[in-house]
Amino acid sequence: MKMLRTDFILRFLIAVSIAVLATFVLAPQDTRAKATGNSCVDCHSEIPDKQLSDPVKGVESDIHHAKGLGCQDCHGGDPTKGMAEGDPELAHNPAKGFVGAPTSKEIPDFCAKCHSDVEFMKRYNPKLRVDQLLEYRSSKHGKLLETGDGKVATCVSCHGVHGILAVSDTRSPVFRANAPGTCAKCHANAGYMKPYGIPTNQFDLYKSSVHGMQLLEKGDLAAPACNNCHGNHGATPPGLTSIAFACGECHANNRDFFNQSPHKEAYTKMGLGECTTCHNHHDIAKPTDAMLGVGERALCVRCHSQGDKGFETAAKMAVELDTLKLTLNLAHELLTRAEQGGINVRLGKYDLHTADDALIKARTAIHYFDFDKFHEVSGAGVTEARQVITQGEEALHDLRIRQIGLGVSVPIILWVALALYLRIRRMEREKPF
Amino acid sequence: MSEPATHSGISQWLDERLGWHAIKELALHKRVPMHKHSIWYYLGGMTLFCFLVQIVTGIFLLLYYRPTAEAAFESVEFIMTDVKFGWLIRSIHSWSANLMIFFAFVHMFSVFFLRAYRRPRELTWVSGAFLLFLSLGFGFSGYLLPWNQLAYFATKVGTDILGQIPLIGEWLLTVARGGEDVTGATLTRFFGVHVAVLPMISTFFLLGHLALVQKQGMSVPIGEEYKKTRQMPFIPNFALRDLVGWTLALGILVLLASLFPWELGEKADPLASAPAGIRPEWFFCFMFQTLKYIPGKVWFINGELLGIIAFGLGGAALVLVPFLDRRAAREERHKWLPVIGWLVILYIIVFTVLAYVV
Repeated sequence: MKMLRTDFILRFLIAVSIAVLATFVLAPQDTRAKATGNSCVDCHSEIPDKQLSDPVKGVESDIHHAKGLGCQDCHGGDPTKGMAEGDPELAHNPAKGFVGAPTSKEIPDFCAKCHSDVEFMKRYNPKLRVDQLLEYRSSKHGKLLETGDGKVATCVSCHGVHGILAVSDTRSPVFRANAPGTCAKCHANAGYMKPYGIPTNQFDLYKSSVHGMQLLEKGDLAAPACNNCHGNHGATPPGLTSIAFACGECHANNRDFFNQSPHKEAYTKMGLGECTTCHNHHDIAKPTDAMLGVGERALCVRCHSQGDKGFETAAKMAVELDTLKLTLNLAHELLTRAEQGGINVRLGKYDLHTADDALIKARTAIHYFDFDKFHEVSGAGVTEARQVITQGEEALHDLRIRQIGLGVSVPIILWVALALYLRIRRMEREKPF
Repeated sequence: MSEPATHSGISQWLDERLGWHAIKELALHKRVPMHKHSIWYYLGGMTLFCFLVQIVTGIFLLLYYRPTAEAAFESVEFIMTDVKFGWLIRSIHSWSANLMIFFAFVHMFSVFFLRAYRRPRELTWVSGAFLLFLSLGFGFSGYLLPWNQLAYFATKVGTDILGQIPLIGEWLLTVARGGEDVTGATLTRFFGVHVAVLPMISTFFLLGHLALVQKQGMSVPIGEEYKKTRQMPFIPNFALRDLVGWTLALGILVLLASLFPWELGEKADPLASAPAGIRPEWFFCFMFQTLKYIPGKVWFINGELLGIIAFGLGGAALVLVPFLDRRAAREERHKWLPVIGWLVILYIIVFTVLAYVV
């Protein structure tokens, strides 16, 4: 009897296990998709045409979806109807505001329905600007769209369609380090850009520039991408008059010094770009000290020649800058030698930081293009560096004293040890134990 | 009527009060056995010499050192840059501390292998083991005093280990640090421990250790008969030899301090991230490295706690060596004890090296 009961329990358990396994293993994989109750999702996920079904997958990572917005919030319609009734038109009800997919020309207004609505946007992201449409209309892209050019970039060209990510998301096409590549999708495409007659080498030039290498190779997110100079929603080529303002956003001192310099008026008269004349624009190379002066690689001699005041100023500034660098090098060398010898040169190194800063300031002060103003900065650096040289020399003098002291004391100590040893030997010879 | 202050009069005066003649007789008649292992007798003296150097240089440093988080680093910097020979004094203090711990270890192992701890010298060994622990305490507390970046974070890691002890760990950590974190309060109490508490306890143990050595004389290895060995008078023969060793040690100290002055580094910044390659002083490295290798959980016990318990048991075993090795008391050699000793030395060397290279 007892055996029979055990056999029954065993069979029962096996049957239950098989039933549970069958539920998990044999159940259709899309059970969850069918259970959403949202007719947009339920229906579009089943459509074989990928163009219509992909948005369902893409929207899962979309920032709008994450904030709780659904398909109907952009496209209108009624997601509660259509699926159960077997009639999609009940969901696509124009009376419920259904607009479907916007055309290229409609996209800016389509997005701006919410993004230009101050009250609406406050609920989701109070710090986000709401003037993107206004900016876009002022951009080259926006103006061309107005003329009926459907090829130009709209919101979705840069941000994506379904699956839009926050700008701060490293996967977003408009994340700082991805932005140049996003712009290049169109701007580096010679065929696509042909009707516009503009160059398509900007991305290549940018990649080799100091900014491009810093951002794309070193991952320095402080380095500028295309939109930092051209604007993003209001993207437009900065004209000659405004390019200095774009550069000056980061290089503020260079801009201020340049504005006080004799070059400011001269460049305006000659119609030259303020920063770009010497530094170029997309292919801005890392500046070197050789750019200053009257040497072979100097830029000053492109306009100035022997005998004019600018030539003389450039030569004097280059000599002064070299003097500052040589003085700093000597200061560094002396402190390093003293430190390697074991002397504490922390205070000297602290002063050297100030002198090193003077070199950075002097390189910026070049943009005064005025020797006296430049000298105020570089001369202070030379004085500071000379004081460090004095400290370095004193430290090395201390080191020599230590070495002499060591040279004298160690033989004395060894002599004492030897004398003691000889005393022990003599003593034990005379009086063995 | 008191006696006139002649030479013999002073001697007489001292003898009446201190038993001077008895001490003099004891010193003059003290003998040191000579055999092939006699060289190890000098190690204790070397350790003592370094300890004396520590006292002298430490007193000099005390004249300028200021034990607060705001002023400690600057005061050590002042010693090294503005005080005449301050750099040499600080450097000798640091080098001598390291040499003292090195000699203490070598001295301990030489005594261990010669079984000089056997009856009746058990208490000499025990006091010596405590002196070794006290030396490590000096090293740990002194390391923080310059208040530089490396010392700050090493102390943080070192004291963190205390917090792992069950039940009293948190309390111990707070007592050691003078609060929840390593701050100026920690520095002040480490200073107090370094210059007052440890010297007081060490003096007590050191005097006891030396008194026991004088009372029992030098031990001879098992197999040697004390009475049959050649005997060297302690004064002047052995003392002069000791003096040669001390003079040479002084020369080595001056050389090391001059050629490799002890670095000061950067001032401690509690808000900065821990510097790379952070590790304690070399004599703690084998324990530090071991704790790194122990998994976070061993069975159900916290790995770090297991390590601490193991080191605690190791320390206790060290103190109890004379009582664990019963054969030595019968003048018999234990077969496995030297093997254990060499394995411990190998372990210390390998794990110390690993801490520096891994």
